[in-house]
Amino acid sequence: MAQNGSKVTRRQFLTYTLTGVGGFMAATLISPMVNFAIDPVLKKSGAGDKVKVMSLDDITTEPQRVDFKKQTQDAWYEFEETLSAWVYKTDSGEIVALSPICTHLGCQVAYAGDPTRPTEFFCPCHLGRYEKDGTNIPGTPPTAPLARYEKEEKDGFLYLGSPVAQ
Amino acid sequence: MLQKIYDWVDERVDITPLWRDIADHEVPEHVNPAHHFSAFVYCFGGLTFFTIVIQILSGMFLTMYYVPDIINAHASVYYLQNEIAHGQIVRGMHHWGASVAIVMLFLHTLRVFFTGSYKKPRELNWVVGVLLFFVVLALGLTGYLLPWDMKALFATKVTLQIAESVPVIGGIAKTLLAGGEIVGASTLARFFAIHVFFLPAALFGLLGAHFLMIRKQGVSGPL
Repeated sequence: MAQNGSKVTRRQFLTYTLTGVGGFMAATLISPMVNFAIDPVLKKSGAGDKVKVMSLDDITTEPQRVDFKKQTQDAWYEFEETLSAWVYKTDSGEIVALSPICTHLGCQVAYAGDPTRPTEFFCPCHLGRYEKDGTNIPGTPPTAPLARYEKEEKDGFLYLGSPVAQ
Repeated sequence: MLQKIYDWVDERVDITPLWRDIADHEVPEHVNPAHHFSAFVYCFGGLTFFTIVIQILSGMFLTMYYVPDIINAHASVYYLQNEIAHGQIVRGMHHWGASVAIVMLFLHTLRVFFTGSYKKPRELNWVVGVLLFFVVLALGLTGYLLPWDMKALFATKVTLQIAESVPVIGGIAKTLLAGGEIVGASTLARFFAIHVFFLPAALFGLLGAHFLMIRKQGVSGPL
């Protein structure tokens, strides 16, 4: 230091050490609080449990609406959430469970809701339409397909999780 | 880098005199523990303020999760303490800090009393200090109810009985504090409002006056 002419003065030394120690103390105080505040971002979003919805034998190729209840935990508040799904079996035997929430503005869609189009999902609010597999029909308000529930087939029953946007 | 930013701002707004005025002043030898160790008693005022800063910070963060409602208050406190990262530390800071603040405040009051610092020309500052003491005690009292556990409930019932025992205005005082006939929903909401809005506002105003006066009048002389 002294050789190349740049000296650390007593005042500078004090400034550095005091700011350093002070900064460290402030950080010990602030960091738990910041961590506390941003915890919701750090928490893994719990992939909710799947709920038993209906017997596999009852599922037909015709979509039918099923309502089911799910135990939901919102911070300290626990409640029973009522959910609905349109469930059917494709010709190849694959089970599809669609969310009834319109991707346009969130109204409830219904299969064959428009009697003149018996193989489509129809939203009465703004005349949105979807194919049977949930694909939105171009030229109608929705811009995305209907969400599909996470599903599991176990012991002859259908279990549904959360809807996943397609 | 920091120096450059500071210089840029200073050149335009001239902030140096502002903080110099606040921070740059003589610390007399008789209050400096580096000269006489016994002078540490002069630190209690600063320590009280430091503790209160911690209380304000931790309290601000606690309100992110706390709700003042008789159904959910205890559940939200339990949740923030046990389910949120460092919840135990943040709540612990506020819980223990409350006692530390009152102890420090009391020691500061004792120091001012025994050094005779309340005498002319500092009588007004003593008065403001006593008001501050009441505000901090009231903060402790209102905060005690907020976790809404058995201890909180019954401590507040006792508080209200004390208020009720005041002659003439006792009944009114009790109803006003409880916001009704029992310690319940409106009491919790009202104590919360007093704890986080009304008393802190009073605290800031009084602290401002307290600090303004000590800078204006300076620390009292040696014994």
